[in-house]
Amino acid sequence: MTFLSPLLMVAIFSLVAYLSQINNDKVRTISVLDESGLFQNQFEDKDNLKFQMLDGLSLENAKESAENSGVYGLLYIPKTENVDQLAKQITFYSEDSPSLIVMNDIEDIIQAKANSLKLTEAGLDAEMIKNLRVRIDTQLETFGGKETSKLGSGLKLIFGGAAGYLLFMFIIIYGNMIMRSVIEEKTSRIIEVIISSVKPRKLLLGKIFGTSLAGITQFAVWVVLIFILSGVVTSLFGIDMSSAQTPQQQEMMNQVQDVGGSQDMLTQVVMELYNLPIANLVVMFLLFFIGGYLLYASMYAAIGAAVDSETDTQQFMLPMLLPLILAVYVGFFTVIEDPHGTVSQVFSFIPFTSPVVMLMRIPFGVPIWQQILSVVILFATFMGTVWFAAKIYRVGILMYGKKPSYKELIKWLKY
Amino acid sequence: MKNILVAKNVSKSFGTFKALNDVSIEVPKGSIFGLLGPNGAGKTTLIRIINQITMPDVGEVYLDDEPLQPHHIQHIGYLPEERGLYKTMKVGEQAVYLAQLKGLSEAEAKKRLKIWFERLEIGDWWNKKIQELSKGMAQKIQFVVTVLHQPKLLIFDEPFSGFDPINANLIKDEILKLREDGATVIFSTHRMESVEEMCDHIALIHKSNKILDGKLIDIKRAYKSNSFEVGLISNNPDAVEQSLNDKFEITPTSFKTINNELQYKVKIADSASPNDLLSYLSTLGQITHFVEVVPSANDIFIQSVKNN
Repeated sequence: MTFLSPLLMVAIFSLVAYLSQINNDKVRTISVLDESGLFQNQFEDKDNLKFQMLDGLSLENAKESAENSGVYGLLYIPKTENVDQLAKQITFYSEDSPSLIVMNDIEDIIQAKANSLKLTEAGLDAEMIKNLRVRIDTQLETFGGKETSKLGSGLKLIFGGAAGYLLFMFIIIYGNMIMRSVIEEKTSRIIEVIISSVKPRKLLLGKIFGTSLAGITQFAVWVVLIFILSGVVTSLFGIDMSSAQTPQQQEMMNQVQDVGGSQDMLTQVVMELYNLPIANLVVMFLLFFIGGYLLYASMYAAIGAAVDSETDTQQFMLPMLLPLILAVYVGFFTVIEDPHGTVSQVFSFIPFTSPVVMLMRIPFGVPIWQQILSVVILFATFMGTVWFAAKIYRVGILMYGKKPSYKELIKWLKY
Repeated sequence: MKNILVAKNVSKSFGTFKALNDVSIEVPKGSIFGLLGPNGAGKTTLIRIINQITMPDVGEVYLDDEPLQPHHIQHIGYLPEERGLYKTMKVGEQAVYLAQLKGLSEAEAKKRLKIWFERLEIGDWWNKKIQELSKGMAQKIQFVVTVLHQPKLLIFDEPFSGFDPINANLIKDEILKLREDGATVIFSTHRMESVEEMCDHIALIHKSNKILDGKLIDIKRAYKSNSFEVGLISNNPDAVEQSLNDKFEITPTSFKTINNELQYKVKIADSASPNDLLSYLSTLGQITHFVEVVPSANDIFIQSVKNN
């Protein structure tokens, strides 16, 4: 699976990209009946959209001919007194509801023409308006004199978000793996043989560290393979991965590019990367990643020991995962809004949420003492949960039969 | 005789439930020690304490006169009642791994495993996965893993469950062989015929208390009722029964013989000698059968559990 999974992921991405390409490849012909006479040369054929002007037909005839000739649709622009009325009376006839992308294209064309018509009506020159428009690009600078930019903020967001989300995924995937392996040892009844040779606490720690290392290896293999395979696929089949994006995403990308200017975008990105506290980021990423993972892994192991089968885990999983999910939400909503707000700060110290939240805050610059304090709290809590997990584990692995209640779990701590 | 294992006044509670109450046992070196008791009596808890899986609340356990320490696990081989193996792991790898946990080197473990696998005729299983094996086959592997590190104390919890008679016999012979080689064996079981056959010492635990222990022979002596099974051929059965009934406590019984005789179980006074009974019987008719009734382990088990 280690080697197959990235292959599968790349395959699925390529497939999606390929399919959406095919989807867009279809050339659609649209008949246009323009009674207003305003749009004579406005509709230019595009790659997958062709326009066909119908002249001198009545609406009924046009509809009939459009339907018979099998075109994608009929655009009807009636003759009206002014542009405002026109805007409300344009109709598009088609067999089924038309594709959103096609409608966007058509509306863009009509809108551009209508706008310029209105401007002309008001006695203004469209070209002049364009030249008069001022574009604001606020220069951002910290008090320390470091230049920042909106692009920089975006980058920080991406860095922080990726780190936090990666940790979240890692905890869920490999925490589950630990839990399953504990349950497996329990249901196969090998556990009593093992713990007559190894102390339960050692076994627990070994399991957590072993799975982590296996997980990190697997994760690394995945990342590397996905990069390589994506490269290979792109160059081999000429499939552009970015075409798997939705139009909205593409639009956003375009806007970002607009903000950043055009050619010097790349240089700016590199500049911003230099501005990021890379060393700080890497060290803290490792510390929070390890700490956060160990914290949750020990709880996963305790849950595995408490139950007999995976189906019984739900009752304990939810309360454990709640803070983790909360952390991701806080990260993606609150931290983005204000990385140094009260809520963000508080959550970056609570050990069950701090790995995700703090990782997302760090790119925006967090005082070192805060980072260290948070790490210390995290690892201290890890010690606590391991103690707690070891107790549950020690008793739980030898308990078969009914699913324990929370009350019983607390009793186990005293055994 | 020197004791290899001594448990002194061991108590253990789980919450409000007392699993063991002030239990002491002494396991002589080189013996086969039967740890008996009804289900839920506390046997497994005691065994887990010996294996340092759980700690006693009160009391100490000594192995070779030393209080139990983590390194002692290398000298103990434990086959739990609830046993299993990693289902998807190969037999060989798994056995080597488990032996390494007991402190053997990889090379040594492999060497010894090869010998054992040949001895039990399971050599071709090395690369099989456990899930491909039957339950009895997996049990054989577990047995090998338990004894591989040549422990001086072996603990078997219901070792024969899951074996067919042939393999049960094979394992029994191996256990006896291990004892000859100097190992001490603690046996926890409900199967009284194997206790009868193998154990020389027993301890009986009932409702968390030890109610009986010692040499099996001594216990049998203590439990014997001075009763004899007799068979008599007589022309006048009513007169014989009458006169026996006057002198002794008799109950009709039945045993298989080739004759058609009167069969009784006769209890004589503790002070009386069997010879007195025998000579008296000879005056009543022709004696075809005369055997002392020795209580079986089963009888002792049931009787002492009932009395408590």
